[in-house]
Amino acid sequence: MTALLEIKGLHAEISGGRKIIQGLDLTVNKGEIHAIMGPNGAGKSTLSYVLAGKPGYEITAGEVYLNGEDLLAMSADERAAKGVFLAFQYPLEIPGVATLTFLRAAFNAQRKARGEEELSSPDLIKRVREIAKTLNIDSEMLKRPLNVGFSGGEKKRNETLQMALLQPSLCVLDETDSGLDIDALKVVANGVNALRSAERGMIVITHYQRLLDYIVPDIVHVFAAGRIVRTGGADLARELEATGYAQYQSEAA
Amino acid sequence: MAAVQETIDRVKGIDVDQYRYGFETQIESEKAPKGLSEDTIRFISAKKNEPAWMLEWRLEAYRRWLTMTEPTWARVGYPKIDYQDLYYYSAPKPKKKVASLDEIDPEILKTYEKLGIPLREVELLEGVERPSAAVESEDGEAAAPRTKIAVDAVFDSVSVATTFKEELKKAGVIFMPISEALREHPDLVQKYLGTVVPTTDNYFATLNSAVFSDGSFVYIPPGVRCPMELSTYFRINERNTGQFERTLIIADKGAYVSYLEGCTAPQRDENQLHAAVVELVALDDAEIKYSTVQNWYPGNSEGVGGIYNFVTKRGDCRGANSKISWTQVETGSAITWKYPSCILRGDNSSGEFYSIAISNGFQQVDSGTKMIHLGKNTSSRIISKGIAAGKSQNTYRGLVSAHRKASGARNFTACDSLLIGDQCGAHTVPYIEAKNSSAVFEHEATTSKISEDVLFYCIQRGLSQEEAVGLVVNGFVKDVLQQLPMEFAVEAQKLISISLEGSVG
Ligand SMILES: Nc1ncnc2c1ncn2[C@@H]1O[C@H](COP(=O)(O)OP(=O)(O)OP(=O)(O)O)[C@@H](O)[C@H]1O
Ligand SMILES: [Mg+2]
Repeated sequence: MTALLEIKGLHAEISGGRKIIQGLDLTVNKGEIHAIMGPNGAGKSTLSYVLAGKPGYEITAGEVYLNGEDLLAMSADERAAKGVFLAFQYPLEIPGVATLTFLRAAFNAQRKARGEEELSSPDLIKRVREIAKTLNIDSEMLKRPLNVGFSGGEKKRNETLQMALLQPSLCVLDETDSGLDIDALKVVANGVNALRSAERGMIVITHYQRLLDYIVPDIVHVFAAGRIVRTGGADLARELEATGYAQYQSEAA
Repeated sequence: MAAVQETIDRVKGIDVDQYRYGFETQIESEKAPKGLSEDTIRFISAKKNEPAWMLEWRLEAYRRWLTMTEPTWARVGYPKIDYQDLYYYSAPKPKKKVASLDEIDPEILKTYEKLGIPLREVELLEGVERPSAAVESEDGEAAAPRTKIAVDAVFDSVSVATTFKEELKKAGVIFMPISEALREHPDLVQKYLGTVVPTTDNYFATLNSAVFSDGSFVYIPPGVRCPMELSTYFRINERNTGQFERTLIIADKGAYVSYLEGCTAPQRDENQLHAAVVELVALDDAEIKYSTVQNWYPGNSEGVGGIYNFVTKRGDCRGANSKISWTQVETGSAITWKYPSCILRGDNSSGEFYSIAISNGFQQVDSGTKMIHLGKNTSSRIISKGIAAGKSQNTYRGLVSAHRKASGARNFTACDSLLIGDQCGAHTVPYIEAKNSSAVFEHEATTSKISEDVLFYCIQRGLSQEEAVGLVVNGFVKDVLQQLPMEFAVEAQKLISISLEGSVG
């Protein structure tokens, strides 16, 4: 098995502020889906931001490699072009920018960065429409400004659409299930499962077993107080559902 | 706070040094002697074979100007302008009278080419049909069919090519350099010139009245819808040349015209003065749409050089049910002092002002509009989008007033400002005067900082910092961009990204 993502001894803090990630080790191999579960405020979203290269965080120790390349040395847009995709816990709104315009800009920016040819607008529109259909996204919605006035569930479906279009190698899904009704959850899970491949790895951050019934993980981690405190198989998630995190929080503290 | 700091650092790096249009064309030119005097004015008038009344008009303005002082109320600062240290007239030496494009100095044509603004007639004459530009058809707005544009190019002070004359002539439309109109249609010019912006109006307009060198003249006869968009590209080339265009557009009863103005100037260390006057007259049921894309040299990253742009633009909705609409995209100039206005004189007339003003580096923008409601049931609409980056200052200054007799006047104003970094400033200065109690004036204003989180969201999807800023800003100004004719909108969109471009990465 080849390692897609290797995180070794990672420590990260908010610039000029608190230490959040405190000694994290994690390896995601190609083809694997890892679920990360853990209490509120444990630092799960922070981990996703650090991987994606969001400014405002200080890496004080540790290394991160993507396909053997030093991820921390890359700018955020380089990381995206290398295949890092973050489905945001709280997707942002961009007034005045049609969803399709945004998708085209992102898609072609990544292609350009990789030295590939840009896709023509009609081809791109066709591709987007096909994906949108599988996610039950109305094509009218693609004309609306990105995420502006979208319901919580619509925003999450839109994140899935972007992911499916950009075909990343590492998908980090931060609570993609929150805000979804039962039917939408199935639709989004199907979308994610369709992206499962031997070449791709995923980190699925969630609080609920519900999502993992549909996206069955290979490995489940318990993340508390900035590091992984326990790792197990798919049934660990079910166990957590019953016991909660109390034991880990005291352990970590 | 580091997240914010990073953007500030980047924006600090964003400078205007890489001005795309900074090149100079080597052509012989014929200048008036340096400095301003009655002799300079006589020289200009003689050069243009003007009628005697025109010379008198100019001299009167000049004498008036000598008694005036430069205004200081705008939020702009600049060293004192030495009016005696400028050339007031500079014309490319004419080889002969130009009748078609091939006769124009190839150097000049090359200049336009470099600007990315070819004289579009070339393609059209040769039957070249470009596929219509890939505009944002994705948000559902149908791409407009490719439109014809007639170009009147002003190179320094003289109009060198007026295209499409024949087709326009058939429609009865007059579109020519104002110097030519003074010879061919002196009565029309005399009837309207200075009736919207009188020679006594303000310091810069009065100066323009005395020394204006050229500009465009448009007359649309009653009931005629101008068969194409009319366009002028201004470009300042000569060193130390003040450029003083004078444009006069008249839409007679029931006429319609859409006019586009684009400007660029080469990169220079010394500041160049530009003081234009534009007058629009709309008679009963007539409509004039005037669009400007201004990207004059803004100066370098230290704030050296750049154009001083002091412009008086005013439209007179003289007839009932007339309409005048100003749309401007201002990205250039070191100093912009500009307030395209509407006098809503005719009953039921309406005025619009749609503006995008972007400032970066050390640019100073003081711009806005005046909507003067005089007639009954007049309405006006103001949508202003100001974007400030770098160390620039960006002020919206607007006046909405209703005369005592202007019953039923309505205005809606929305001013939004976007700040990039924390060393720039955005200011909104609205003046509202309603002397008629039935007036309904609404005013909304917002100021916000560009969101770090939104930028990161874009960058996470693969956009560079610059592309992200460009995308967010283009979204911010969308309402105004939509008002531009399609071909211009595409250019403007690119221009917006370019003007916010930095030395990132
Ligand atoms: N910019 C910030 N400034 C100060 N504290 C922050 C900042 N960002 C995150 N934190 C804090 O860091 C901790 C980790 O936050 P993070 O969002 O990573 O948690 P999480 O595990 O994703 O929680 P949840 O399950 O609720 O989404 C929290 O205590 C949060 O308040
Ligand atoms: Mg979170």
